[in-house]
Amino acid sequence: MFREEAGRLTGSLVRLLGDFDVAEEIVQDTLLAALERWRRDGIPARPGAWLSTAARRRAIDRLRRNASYRQKVAMLETDPAPAPGPDDRLQLIFTCCHPSLSAEAQVALTLRAVCGFTTAEIAAAFLASEAAIAQRIARARRKIVQARIPYRVPSDGEMAERLGQVLAVLYLMFNEGYLSGTAGAPARRDLAEDAAWLAALLARLLPAEPEALGLLALMQLHMARAAARFDARGDLVLLPDQDRSRWDRGAIASAVRLIERAGALRRPGPYQVQAAIAACHAEASSWAETDWLQILVLYDLLLQMTPSPVIRLNRAVAVGRVAGPEAALAEVDALGGELNGYHLFHATRGELLFELGRLEQSRAAELRAIALTANGAERALLERRLGRDAARPT
Amino acid sequence: MKYVLLFCAEGADIARFEKMTQEQVAEQYAKVGAWFSENQARITGGNQLGPPEAATTVRFDGSGQSLVTDGPFLEANEVIGGYAEIDVADLDEALQMARTWPPMGTVEVRPVREMG
Repeated sequence: MFREEAGRLTGSLVRLLGDFDVAEEIVQDTLLAALERWRRDGIPARPGAWLSTAARRRAIDRLRRNASYRQKVAMLETDPAPAPGPDDRLQLIFTCCHPSLSAEAQVALTLRAVCGFTTAEIAAAFLASEAAIAQRIARARRKIVQARIPYRVPSDGEMAERLGQVLAVLYLMFNEGYLSGTAGAPARRDLAEDAAWLAALLARLLPAEPEALGLLALMQLHMARAAARFDARGDLVLLPDQDRSRWDRGAIASAVRLIERAGALRRPGPYQVQAAIAACHAEASSWAETDWLQILVLYDLLLQMTPSPVIRLNRAVAVGRVAGPEAALAEVDALGGELNGYHLFHATRGELLFELGRLEQSRAAELRAIALTANGAERALLERRLGRDAARPT
Repeated sequence: MKYVLLFCAEGADIARFEKMTQEQVAEQYAKVGAWFSENQARITGGNQLGPPEAATTVRFDGSGQSLVTDGPFLEANEVIGGYAEIDVADLDEALQMARTWPPMGTVEVRPVREMG
């Protein structure tokens, strides 16, 4: 309800007051007051205008107590209904995701200042205490003021690096929501959906940045397949076994158009490549009929851009489809040193060993994967697979 | 807005600095000199510090008694080699300066609390 308003409100108040700390706090107080009031009296006809007036009144009250703000108070009072200013949310996002703040603080601050989350909602989303989140946000706000973190969109020279950092924050937020999701309707606010909304906002405000489009497409492709991630019993279903008729074809087509728009800008990047890989999967009629060669080529490209053992592990799955399980296992085994503590390393090994008929080794690898898995739905899936493997004829 | 850039080094960097030949040290000094003149308009003060072995530390205990000891405040594998006080628009400009510091190592960027 607040999402469209909160960021604009915070943005315009920061611009007006020149003080991030005070502006952000006023908006949060206003949202909390609105929640309480609207629950009692119903939602007003123009919630945006209501919030803007309430925030302004609150700002005047608060600043009157401080002599150094006298001029700004006069400004707020003489300008009772300002025309909606330019969209300040881009500045706001770049300030909230400044690299001089910790990653956790960047996520929490962005959710609160840009998406209008309450502190309680952020705490619920990250299974943290409200006091801990409140403290994290207060510390970040103080640092923005004390260290004078600027409130502006980075210049062209800095844009690529800073945008990369913002996109990383949004993807972290998305994965937190997407991966922790369960089949039952979660009572907490959907982080993945808010992250996708932010990515869409960013793509709209920065239409010439292909990586912003790429990230949005990647999120849309994940979400298009979300309905098939759990079966009727609420059990997690992996990509090879998903009921593809439950995928959202319209959303997939729209994500593919985004990838093409990004591609036309001729500046490839890791999010565009990951989106292209996801699109290969989304457009395939089955796991077997997937264009694995294309996926392998895309993984090679991705590895050149961002070398990481986890990407090499994912690439090995494609190798298995193109060149057979033996070749894939050799690639996976080479990653043992770096990924020994990663459950999907052992799960992938277990699957490949099973395909090769090395059942005892396969079982050992899958047991190791189960022992390393923290997520309940994932562990249940691995345990079912172990049971199925034992029953499956060889 | 004023900041202090603290030019620090630890572990591997200290070893790297110690292994430098005389020519390399001279080259480093030249680069640092060039950095200071490029940023002259923003730099309001600063100095290179003497070696940590030359430091003496005065510590006060709970009852206000002072104790003088040989050596620096920081651990032995961490050294502050010098500092510059700068006056710039915002943190981004300060970070930009820190990121071009020729000897590399570690640079801490700390805002100065303006009095008054």
